[in-house]
Amino acid sequence: MDDNQSKRNRSDGHLPAYRSRSIGSGALFGLGFVAFIDETVFHQLLHWHHFYDKSTTGVGLVSDGLFHAFSWFATLAAFFMLSDLRRKNGLNVMAWWGGMLSGGGAFQLYDGIIQHKFMEIHQIRYNVDPLPYDVVWNVIAAAMIVAGLLLIRNNKRSGAARNGRLRS
Amino acid sequence: MTPENHPWNHAAANVWAAVFLAAGVLFLVFIYVFAFIRSSRKGRAWPLHRLCLWVFGASTAIFGILASSPAKIQSDFVAHMTSHLLFGMLASILMALATPVTLILRALDVKRARKLASFLKSPPLRVVTHPAAAAVLNVGGLWLLYATGLFGAMHEDPYWYFVVHAHIFIAGYVFSSAILGNEPNPHQSSYVFRAIILILALAGHSMLSKYIYAHPPASVPVLQAQEGAMLMYYGGDAVEAILIWAFCRKWYDAARPRANRAQVKG
Repeated sequence: MDDNQSKRNRSDGHLPAYRSRSIGSGALFGLGFVAFIDETVFHQLLHWHHFYDKSTTGVGLVSDGLFHAFSWFATLAAFFMLSDLRRKNGLNVMAWWGGMLSGGGAFQLYDGIIQHKFMEIHQIRYNVDPLPYDVVWNVIAAAMIVAGLLLIRNNKRSGAARNGRLRS
Repeated sequence: MTPENHPWNHAAANVWAAVFLAAGVLFLVFIYVFAFIRSSRKGRAWPLHRLCLWVFGASTAIFGILASSPAKIQSDFVAHMTSHLLFGMLASILMALATPVTLILRALDVKRARKLASFLKSPPLRVVTHPAAAAVLNVGGLWLLYATGLFGAMHEDPYWYFVVHAHIFIAGYVFSSAILGNEPNPHQSSYVFRAIILILALAGHSMLSKYIYAHPPASVPVLQAQEGAMLMYYGGDAVEAILIWAFCRKWYDAARPRANRAQVKG
């Protein structure tokens, strides 16, 4: 009984398969979360972003459509993956946050540099100098990626140390 | 502009096409209820919630095609798009969730069920019910409708009106069913493959919304086209969330861990 109890309480999140799935679920959630903020805050509440910008290229339209669809799917799928990890006792919280920050940051950086600047889907804000907005947008994105990757690396190290202890 | 020389003055003929379509959907309800009763009589009770999904889905389709009447749809692109969301998307997803093929296979006697099963396995049906082909037929059909002259032709000719709407409805259903993969299928594609197809189809739908925003179909006023396009984009997201949710839910159930050893021992 005690043995079973301890088995159930011990998280398997440091097993490599569960760690990478925790990162994956976090990354999908981060991507969906950033897309959600982009849509609700910048499109709907502030009305800074435009639904369609005449300068949008064909490639921009395709990229926007793909990311819009992917982020919507990712948000919902991430929740199901999270529940699946939890019921299997395999959720690695730190790895999940690492994935969430780096996934969200990567999408924001892609949106800020490729979609806004190269494909010209739309600017962050109109009738103002977009430069400060672009800088803040992309610096936040880069900071998220770095923080996320650091979390993942630390988690991997502590996991390796723990596994080492268990083996010895 | 008087109604007589309005560009879409073919409402009366199209009303009949719409009534015909609604009658067809109603017929599908009768078939399902009949199969439901037969299956129960054979001692194989069919879940009631699936019957509800089918009836609710069919009602949505009938409401979508009749409530915003064809006369109105032809002068109002937003009403047309509302009808499209209900008739072409919501109804087809709800009806696919009701797994009608499984029910009919159960209700039929063995000999006829085998015939139906082998018909469903025949090459042409296997092709069109493949998720990728179903997605192309579904979203590709919409691109044809809005990005070519078909939209105008549909409003001038009740025959085209009928064909286009029947196609949207059937292609929507086959697509939802293929993505969900909830009917017997020996050649089921993997969850990852179906997820990719689903995302590509959703992307095609979003892109088409923005395309309509920028390039209104012939004879649709610009403001109406923009409002309709945004309804298609955001309304589409809301309806598609049901399909994504149901798809993920199926994966979640399939990935359920087997009873763990400790519990079995205990």
